[in-house]
Amino acid sequence: MRIGHFKETYTADEAVFQSGFVRSALVLLFLGLAGFPFVAGPYWLYLANHAAIAITAAVGLNILTGFAGQISLGHAAFVGIGAYTAAILSSRWGWPILVCLPVSGFTAAVCGLVVGAPSMRMKGLYLCITTLAAQMIFEFLFVRAEPLTNGIRGINVPPAEVFGLVLDTEGKLYFVTIPVMMAAVTAGRNLFRTRVGRAWVAIRDRDISAELMGINLFRYKLLAFAVSSFYAGVAGCLYAHLYKVVTPEHFPLHESVRYLAMIIIGGLGSVLGAIYGAIFMTLVPELLQWILGRFQQAHPAIMQDLFPLQTVVFGALIVAFLVFEPHGLAEMWRRLKDAFRLWPFHRE
Amino acid sequence: MDLFLQLLVTGIAAGGIYALVAMGFVLIYKATRIINFATGEFMMIGAYFFYTFLAVARLPPVPALALVLVCAAALGWVVERLILRHMLGQPVISVVMVTLGLSSILTGAAELIWSAEFLSFPPIFPRAPIVLGTLVIRSNQFWGFVISMIAASAFALALKFSRLGVAMRAAADDPTAAYSMGIDVRAMFTLAWALGAMAASLGGVLIANIGGVQPSLGQVALKIFPVVILGGLESIAGAVLGGILIGIIENIAGGYLDPYVGGGVKDLAPFVVLVGILMVKPYGLFGKPDIERL
Repeated sequence: MRIGHFKETYTADEAVFQSGFVRSALVLLFLGLAGFPFVAGPYWLYLANHAAIAITAAVGLNILTGFAGQISLGHAAFVGIGAYTAAILSSRWGWPILVCLPVSGFTAAVCGLVVGAPSMRMKGLYLCITTLAAQMIFEFLFVRAEPLTNGIRGINVPPAEVFGLVLDTEGKLYFVTIPVMMAAVTAGRNLFRTRVGRAWVAIRDRDISAELMGINLFRYKLLAFAVSSFYAGVAGCLYAHLYKVVTPEHFPLHESVRYLAMIIIGGLGSVLGAIYGAIFMTLVPELLQWILGRFQQAHPAIMQDLFPLQTVVFGALIVAFLVFEPHGLAEMWRRLKDAFRLWPFHRE
Repeated sequence: MDLFLQLLVTGIAAGGIYALVAMGFVLIYKATRIINFATGEFMMIGAYFFYTFLAVARLPPVPALALVLVCAAALGWVVERLILRHMLGQPVISVVMVTLGLSSILTGAAELIWSAEFLSFPPIFPRAPIVLGTLVIRSNQFWGFVISMIAASAFALALKFSRLGVAMRAAADDPTAAYSMGIDVRAMFTLAWALGAMAASLGGVLIANIGGVQPSLGQVALKIFPVVILGGLESIAGAVLGGILIGIIENIAGGYLDPYVGGGVKDLAPFVVLVGILMVKPYGLFGKPDIERL
């Protein structure tokens, strides 16, 4: 029976993908993702795009909240900033999506620097409420800065174009969202093997100790805000092209809470957790709709209850995970793997 | 000048109710160190209970209000026992998220039970507005202010002088010492949630009496965060003062600036003030700085 990985060199110990099994599983995953648009219908492709964008944003939030330990209730606002940047650039000046992506990210990152500035003096609850204020202020700007944002009417976004190829269907956009998501995840995963990532973890675990070890708290916290907002901005740019219209209603406080829920349910401080959480939170509302759809024949009015029911289930999931499994889906998955690997000697 | 005075008085009247809701929030924070993002939803549920007792069960206003308070206390008790009890000693993010989840559950449940439609109470107070010299206050606002001030004083006095109030403050101050003095600290936590829910739902009834109730009423309570930050998260007097100040600020800012930007300043101003205050005084006007030791 295998009880662990035996390694002979440091290189092997530091490898990102620890075993041949993981490497082959990843190759299979890539092949599956590449083949998916050729077998799936538009609805599934829409879901896949949605999940990929949610993953990008959630990995960003997990960098800030899960790794650097700063709670943000304003993530949706940064997604919104990215979306508006992309919408304005592409609708007025016809910038291509590949240029919009980094520009949206940088715009959001600059705003993130501003919002992160109070973290110099505050932490915990107070900082959390400052980000709430930022969310409210940006929401106000989205509605009221009409010359830029068109107010509540929003901005129509022309279909994305890559090297002259118009991405007018879900299936074509898929080939942008998925690579961006994979780049974001890879970058996020590797960030924590660098000095910066380790500094963030040190700050999260004990800020005073981190400072004593020579980590400039303010600089690294600001950096966490900027990087996390960059991810959000990139996700926002993708949303703008997925929805084809950007309005203030797309980025309410509720949406920020949804991103937090993704990383809590997936597993705080784990890139894999953010991925699980984002997929889970994208699929649950659809699943609920499907279940209610089964009962529609018998009770035609049931679909009216869909939205409030989704709200209740959303809240109940957050509460249930926090009470019963605070480490989230990533931990459940790890335990499940252990149970199989160590069977029959495994015991809780 | 008349406009200024009118806005000032309206602001004070609105702020009094914020003060009461903020008090519900501070009661819970003081005792349990939990920042309750579901305060607004307690307000909303309280308002719906009142509507049900008053308009559906056709009870007179006073027994209806008493029943609302009982139901709110029960709700606070259930929430603490079922959910928050498990969150003791958990990191800030978990506690914040669990109350956010709770607020989502309550909003959805309210919409399932009472539908998303806008409901307003049958009139309770005489309709004629209150006239003070050249100033006019809507009667609902005036009575709302009076009732919330009475309730806030009652809460503050009870907390200061009654035996239970002293025990609650002791449990909040130092749970270990309170345990050793024979105080049931857990019961105090539950009591804090019951009282907090009562204060919030009374505030909800008063606000809904002015503007009606719908499931999104809870969003009003987002303004409670500027209020409690302004007053310091754990100061009852600060909550009252902060509530009135925020009421004044939002009305004056709304009254003077709305014509220029096309509305919405009223809901924004408290948050701008909040950021300003936190930049200068990170622990609010009356809050104690945390002293950290390794």
